[in-house]
Amino acid sequence: MSLGKYIQAFPEYGAERMGAPVASFNRISAEPIRVHCSISEPDLVIVLDPTLMGKVDVIAGLDKNGAIIINTTETAAAVRQTLKLQGAKVYTVDASGISRATIGREIPNTPMLAALVKVSGLFDFETMLKDTEGKLKKKFISKPEVVKGNLDAMRRAYSEVKGE
Amino acid sequence: MAKVVARTGNEAMAEAMRQINPDVVAAYPITPATEIVMIFAKYVADGLVDTNYVAVESEHSAMSACVGAAAAGARVMTGTSSQGLALMYEILPIAAALRLPIVLSDVNRALSGPINIHCDHSDTMAARDFGWLQIFSENSQEAYDGLIQAVRIAEDPRVHLPAMVTTDGFIISHCLDKIELLEDSEVKEFIGPERKAPNSLLNLEKPVSIGLLDLQDYYFEHRLPVAEAMRGAKKVILEVADEFAKKFGRKYGLCEAYKLEDAEHVVVALGSTCGTAKVVVDELRSKGVRAGLLKIRVFRPFPGEEIAAALAKAKTVAVLDRSDSWSAQGGQVFTEVRSVMFDLPVKPKIINFIYGLGGREIDQGQIRQVYDCLQKVEKQPLVQYLGVRE
Amino acid sequence: MNGKPGWRELAEGDVVPAGTAEQFETGDWRTERPTWHPERCIQCLLCWISCPDSAIVVKDQKMTGFNYHHCKGCGICAKECPVKPEKAITMGPER
Ligand code: SF4
Ligand code: SF4
Repeated sequence: MSLGKYIQAFPEYGAERMGAPVASFNRISAEPIRVHCSISEPDLVIVLDPTLMGKVDVIAGLDKNGAIIINTTETAAAVRQTLKLQGAKVYTVDASGISRATIGREIPNTPMLAALVKVSGLFDFETMLKDTEGKLKKKFISKPEVVKGNLDAMRRAYSEVKGE
Repeated sequence: MAKVVARTGNEAMAEAMRQINPDVVAAYPITPATEIVMIFAKYVADGLVDTNYVAVESEHSAMSACVGAAAAGARVMTGTSSQGLALMYEILPIAAALRLPIVLSDVNRALSGPINIHCDHSDTMAARDFGWLQIFSENSQEAYDGLIQAVRIAEDPRVHLPAMVTTDGFIISHCLDKIELLEDSEVKEFIGPERKAPNSLLNLEKPVSIGLLDLQDYYFEHRLPVAEAMRGAKKVILEVADEFAKKFGRKYGLCEAYKLEDAEHVVVALGSTCGTAKVVVDELRSKGVRAGLLKIRVFRPFPGEEIAAALAKAKTVAVLDRSDSWSAQGGQVFTEVRSVMFDLPVKPKIINFIYGLGGREIDQGQIRQVYDCLQKVEKQPLVQYLGVRE
Repeated sequence: MNGKPGWRELAEGDVVPAGTAEQFETGDWRTERPTWHPERCIQCLLCWISCPDSAIVVKDQKMTGFNYHHCKGCGICAKECPVKPEKAITMGPER
């Protein structure tokens, strides 16, 4: 949003238990967003937890020209086979591994965000990094190492995400 | 100057409450309105507001405390949802009869049972006859603006009635959206520094008794002014909206007509569904279908004349109700809309869809289906359920 | 119902000045009238606590008689008076 777009983000809540699989929907647009319904035909799917593949239909409704980004150590080709996916692009990045190495805990969110920026081409990565840095600095005022870890994670993910 | 931020509906409501800085908030958290109370309680703890926050053990107590505080002359707010609002039902009509301008943010959620935490309008609709103003919001921005306006409207001497501003549970309450915030000083100036109560329980110069026993000889006379104030509130809502538009640029009315001038097929709806419906209207218009949407923003006072005028030229009308009135002739919105259209010289054909109960998804496809039905309206039943498994 | 104010004439919101019960004469409801016998009274003030219409007049913490403007003649004071065998308050016919 700070990069001049309209945004909408909303989770799908079930029984709210920590650790349960959740879906969350995001829209990014140059125009104001008026629709208020879930996204059934996404352009882009991000899978934060690869163990969900096979249990949840992660490619449901995915546009043929769309893309799926998965947090996994496997290759895009292997994932495509597992998902039996035709069309669309498949990208993989080991966001969990990266976050363990940089942040010290398995929080794949920021590296996945970096992968999203690379794959979608919607934003300029350096601007995105600056914006994220600002936000994290506010939140982790007494923990500069967390901010640095996250930024390192994003840079690594940005360069390591691979696809076909 | 306006500040553009990303806020969920709940955050927007809590932010408005912070800027309103009420004297008293008595509340009890409930999903999906929990955050409103939670965030506001943090503001209190952080000293960002001067509010006296009353932590209570139920919504019944919350509304009771609100009534007491408002009778003492305070500016009072609270927030709740669904079963929480239901637990307040006993006290809600008292607040209206005592003419106390309490402002409540309700996050629309289905009534149990079965137990459900998701959106429909049953909670608010069941409270429609309690003498509270009811303002529905399409998105976070409207909820934020609506809450600020509600304080002015409720406290206007021509109104002096409590008001609830609602958002759709999860769909808006938990949806991060781009909104424009006003400056604290702008809000303060718009609503005025403090409530001017005509009476106060704490005023020892002019002691009063409030909420007395009224029997057959007075009760009726004390109820009529509530109805009269409610009718008069329409004018005040429009005046306040006008001033708001002049100062801050965003226009509001009792209803919003979307591409209605030449519309043949019109959908009437409340809340977040209107946003989705607007997109469908645009899509149908690009295909040559003269589709339109009438959004009812204010359900109490009921804008009957305005609705009849807005629908007078339509050929067909579908009213979308996100609540059921069981064996009545359709949902609550439908029965009232259809009733005001009875006197139109040329009546459009009007049908009802009850949809989205317990958070059942309503998407563009389903709304397209509604417009399809309108184009072959002769074959449609008066009332039908949309999106339910047979 | 005639002669009472119409709905436009009433104050807003079921609000009235406080303490108007003072002006309301419940004394004319009385069919029985309490009489106080000061010579038997032990000044326990049970009558004062029990009277539903605050019609026991107490001065300097002492029972001194009745406010007949408010006393409705219910007899509770006579019933509650603990003095035996003859009570310090007795009920008789209202003249
Ligand atoms: S008779 Fe009843 S009203 Fe009268 S003084 Fe005794 S208790 Fe009070
Ligand atoms: S209850 Fe009887 S004894 Fe006690 S104060 Fe009253 S009159 Fe006197």
